[in-house]
Amino acid sequence: MIFQVSLSPHIRATTTVKRIMFLVVIALMPAICASLYFFQIPALIVYTSTIFTALITEALIMLLRRRSATVFDGSALLTGVLLAMNLPPSTPWWVASIGSFFAIAIVKQAFGGLGMNIFNPALAARAFLLASYPMLMTTWHSPLTFLTTATPLGVAKHDGIAAAVQSTTYLNSFLGLTGGSLGETSALAILIGGLFLMLLRIIDWRIPFCFLTTVAIIAGIFGQDMLFHLLNGGLLLGAFFMATDYVTSPITPAGKMVFGIGCGIITMVIRLWGGYPEGVCYSILLMNALTPFLDKIRWQRDVFIE
Amino acid sequence: MRYNKELTAGKAIQKGPEPNEAVFPMIQHVGEACEPLVDIGAKVKVGQKIAEAKAFITAPIHSSISGIVTGIMEKPHPIGTAVKAIIIDNDWQNTPDESIKPYPALEQMTAEEIVEAVKEAGIVGLGGATFPTHVKLSPPKQNKIDTLILNGAECEPYLTSDHRVMLERAGDIIYGAKAMAKALNVSKIIIAIEDNKEDAIKKLTEEAQKGRLQMDVFILKTQYPQGSEKILVKTVLGRKLPPLGLPLDAGVVVHNVSTAAQVGKTLKTGLPLIDRVVTVGGEFKPIAGNYLVKLGTPMSYLLTELQNVKLRRPKPFKLVMGGPMMGLAQWTMEVPVIKGTTGILTLSPYNLKEWACIRCGRCIKACPMGLQPLFDADDSCIECGCCAYICPAKRQLVQRIKVAKAERRKEREANR
Repeated sequence: MIFQVSLSPHIRATTTVKRIMFLVVIALMPAICASLYFFQIPALIVYTSTIFTALITEALIMLLRRRSATVFDGSALLTGVLLAMNLPPSTPWWVASIGSFFAIAIVKQAFGGLGMNIFNPALAARAFLLASYPMLMTTWHSPLTFLTTATPLGVAKHDGIAAAVQSTTYLNSFLGLTGGSLGETSALAILIGGLFLMLLRIIDWRIPFCFLTTVAIIAGIFGQDMLFHLLNGGLLLGAFFMATDYVTSPITPAGKMVFGIGCGIITMVIRLWGGYPEGVCYSILLMNALTPFLDKIRWQRDVFIE
Repeated sequence: MRYNKELTAGKAIQKGPEPNEAVFPMIQHVGEACEPLVDIGAKVKVGQKIAEAKAFITAPIHSSISGIVTGIMEKPHPIGTAVKAIIIDNDWQNTPDESIKPYPALEQMTAEEIVEAVKEAGIVGLGGATFPTHVKLSPPKQNKIDTLILNGAECEPYLTSDHRVMLERAGDIIYGAKAMAKALNVSKIIIAIEDNKEDAIKKLTEEAQKGRLQMDVFILKTQYPQGSEKILVKTVLGRKLPPLGLPLDAGVVVHNVSTAAQVGKTLKTGLPLIDRVVTVGGEFKPIAGNYLVKLGTPMSYLLTELQNVKLRRPKPFKLVMGGPMMGLAQWTMEVPVIKGTTGILTLSPYNLKEWACIRCGRCIKACPMGLQPLFDADDSCIECGCCAYICPAKRQLVQRIKVAKAERRKEREANR
C-alpha cells in the first residue's frame, strides 16, 4: 500500500482556474454569436487572428521562460476573444494579430504571466492599437449592410446628444443594430452572459452594479439620456466582462465598489468632456492601476473574533 | 461542500477488533508527555494506569487490554513522527484492574472529586483536539464561567462517530453533562447540534427531559467549520474571542459530546478512557462503519479488507486520521488508534501542483475568521482549511499559514 502524505485539507472543491476561464468564454458565446451574425466574415477573421496569435504567443513565451505550458488553461483564449470583441469589425488580420501579441507578450507575460499583470491585457492592447492605428481603429461599419457609419457615441460627440438619440432607437441599441466594436453592440447578448456569470457566482455584482449606476447617475445629473448612455458603446461589455477580470480588479467588497464607481466617473468624464467619444477602455485601465491600493481597503466583516 | 455522511450515519456502533498487540504512545493529548509506570515483562490488566506525567496539563494513559508489556520503544505516531510507546501483548483474558469501581452518585461528589475522577481516567477532548478535560473543568478563579456548551456539531465531512454516540449513548452524555456542570458550578447548559442530525436533536431533547436536566438544544446550520470552538461560541452566544483567546475568556467552556459521554461512563462504571468510537469510512466503502475501538489498536486491524484488496498496480491513496478537512495523513497502517482518533478515512490523493493565483477572492469569502489567506493571516486562523479547499488554483494556503503559525509559536515560547 502506498499512501500520499500531505497537510490537510485532504479534499478540495472541483472548481479550477481552467473551468472558470472556459465558463467565461461560454458566457461570451451569445455576444460572439451576435457579432458573427452582424459582421459575418470580417468578424470571423478578427476572432481567428486574435485567438490564434494569443495562443501561439503564450506557448512560445512559456517555452522561453521554461515554465510548464499554460496554453490550455483558457486564459490566453479568453484574452484573444475579449480583444477581438473590442476591435472594429473592419480591423485587418495583421493589426488584430499585432494587438494580440502585445496583449500576451507585453501586458501579460512581461509582468510575470497569469495572475501577475497589472492591466487588463485585452484593453491595454486595444489602447495600444488605437494609438498606433488611429484611422483603422475608428472606422466603423453598420451591421449586416456593412456601410461606413458612425457609432451612436461618435454622433453624440460631434453633433450633440439630441442628434445621437435621434440617430438610433433603444431597441436597435439593445439588439445590436448599431455601429461599434465586434462584441459591444448587442446589449441583450452581453446581459445574458453577464447574468449567467453572476448566477454561477463567477463574478461579483458589485463592480458591474456600481459602474452602471454611476454612469446613469452622472448622465442624469448632466441632463443626458440615461438609457442611451447605458445601452451604447462598450459600457456593458466593459462592466460585465472587462472590469470584473479577477487579476486586475480589487478583491475586497469595498475595493470592488470603489473600483466600479471610479470606472463610471472616468467613463462619463471622457464621454462628456474628453477628446474620444468613448471612455470605458481608459476608465478601466486607469482603475486597474489603482487596484493594489484599493486592495488595502478592508471591509469590516462580521467575523468571529474581535 | 459535500458532507458524505450518509455512508456511515445509519450504521450502529459495532465492537471493533481486538489486537494481538496494542501500542500506547506516550503523547495522546495536548500537554506534558507521559512517562511509563510499567517495565518490560510486567503483567498489566484492563484499565490499569500504565503511564503518567507530573504536570497539570497532561492526561494519564491506561491499558485497554490485559497482557504482558513486551517493549517500550519509539513507534510511528499519527502525527507523523516516532514517539515512545508501550507495547502490550494481549493475553485475551481481559482481566479488569482492581482499581475499577463505580464512583458514588453525583449528589455525593464534590466538584473537586469530579475533576479528580476525570483526571485519573485520562479523559481528553474526544473531538480530536485532545485537550485534557480536567483542565477545562477547573478554570482559573478570575474567569467567571456561566455557560457549558456541549459540541455536537461534528461538521467535518464523513465523520459520524459523535452522531452515533449522541444516538446510542445519550444517557451517558446527560450524566456527563450534569457532572461537568457541577464541576464548573454553572446552571446554563447548551448542546449545539447541526441540523443534518435531526434524530440526535430529538433523542437528546427527550433524554434531557428524562434525566431532569435543564438543557437547551441549539440547532446549528450545517456548515463546516461550525464546530470550531471560536465559531461555536460566536454562533450560540454571540460572544467574540481574541485571536489567541480561549472560550473561557468569554465565560464559556466547550466540551465535545463524546467527551461528555466518556465522563458519564467513567463516573457510572469507574472505567478510565480505554476505548472510543471511530468512524471508518471514506471512499473505500466495504469497510465503512462506526466501531468502538480499544485504544492502542493498530489501524491495520480496522483496515483488513483494505489489505485484502488486490490491485494490479498499487495505486496511491490517502489514509487520514480524523476528518478530511483537518485530519492527519498517515504513511503507515501500523499507527495505533489514540484518544484523538475520531475517524479513519481512505481518500483519493490529489495532485499537489499549484497553479498561479488569479486573485478570484474565493479564499477571502470562504474564511470564517475574516482573514485574507492569499495576502496574509494572523494567529486568529483556526486552520479549518476552507481557503485551500475552495482555491481554484489549488494553492496551499492554509498549509503555509500553519507553518507560519508554528514559527510564531516557537518565537513566543522563546521570548517567554
